[in-house]
Amino acid sequence: MSTATPCPPGRAALILASARAAFRVTIPILIGFGFCGFSYGLYMRSLGFEPLFPILMALTIFAGSLEFIMASMLTGPFAPLTAFVIGLIVNARHLFYGIAMLDRYRGTGGLKPYLIYGLIDETFSILGMGYVPQGVDRRWYYFFVSLFNESYWVLSTAAGALFSDGLPFDTRGIEFVLPALFLAIFMNSWQQERQHISSIGGLAITFCCLMAFGTHYFLLASMACIVLLLLAFRRKLSALVPVQEGEHS
Amino acid sequence: MTTMQAAIMIGLAALATQITRWTPFLLFRKRTPQVIRYLGTLLPSAIWGMLVVYCFRNGPLVEGSSGVPEIIASAVTLGLQAWRRNMAVSIAGGTLCYMALVQFIFR
Repeated sequence: MSTATPCPPGRAALILASARAAFRVTIPILIGFGFCGFSYGLYMRSLGFEPLFPILMALTIFAGSLEFIMASMLTGPFAPLTAFVIGLIVNARHLFYGIAMLDRYRGTGGLKPYLIYGLIDETFSILGMGYVPQGVDRRWYYFFVSLFNESYWVLSTAAGALFSDGLPFDTRGIEFVLPALFLAIFMNSWQQERQHISSIGGLAITFCCLMAFGTHYFLLASMACIVLLLLAFRRKLSALVPVQEGEHS
Repeated sequence: MTTMQAAIMIGLAALATQITRWTPFLLFRKRTPQVIRYLGTLLPSAIWGMLVVYCFRNGPLVEGSSGVPEIIASAVTLGLQAWRRNMAVSIAGGTLCYMALVQFIFR
């Protein structure tokens, strides 16, 4: 790493500088998570869960979209297989964050397990660009970006869960935060793709499975159909969509 | 569902998430299988479509709603995202719009 300063600062000062730089780049995440985490806490309470539930889920699952899905699944029947498979499928994109971060997270020593545990979308959106500010320790910068993002999420969830009773406004309709989340992600992904066969396919297949299998079983059926159809038409679809070459040494 | 059953489901969801985060660091150090890359390109948008349908699997979200507030708020969310391209703005705008609709207009 290049150091602009002629006399390298002490270890503590370097860590502090890394924390400060990490805070600066994560401010937009603080605002976004502030709203979403707070709503998530409120939403869980509105479903009748004790405050401890959303807080523990924020810490253990630590993947916003999956937490929202789990919240709504926990109000239904006991479905451990669906919970596991939907966790794998919904978060399958994290595989690609990991692949992109393989080299960058090399040499991070004892911080590495935490960095891997906390590689959420928002952290990847900051660190995946590869930019590291000058005058910071790369490893501690990665660590603080991950840590700050996690604390924003957990603390705003806790705030929503704990203060839901004393709110000066009616929370009726807060349920829409879940569809709003997925509609926004869906639109975002729609705008980034050149053709929409997969987006439309996901909607259509799931709708058919819902009609055919009913609300209890359609998720597993849809996930199976989507993956099988993608694999069956791999040759045709690969020609339509250039598969990214994620080369790494 | 008992608390124990809920804990098991939460634990499995957490385990699945951690598997997706650790696999590249444990298995794909050298080379990513081609089929994984292919699924990685096409699977996510299908899953977002699936989850949109999942949200509305029971029809209207709050008791007594006709479905009109859901349609309006969905259009607002999609429109905001298409226009501002800012996820937090779209989610907040759509949710606040829905809350206003079911609390004040379609009561």
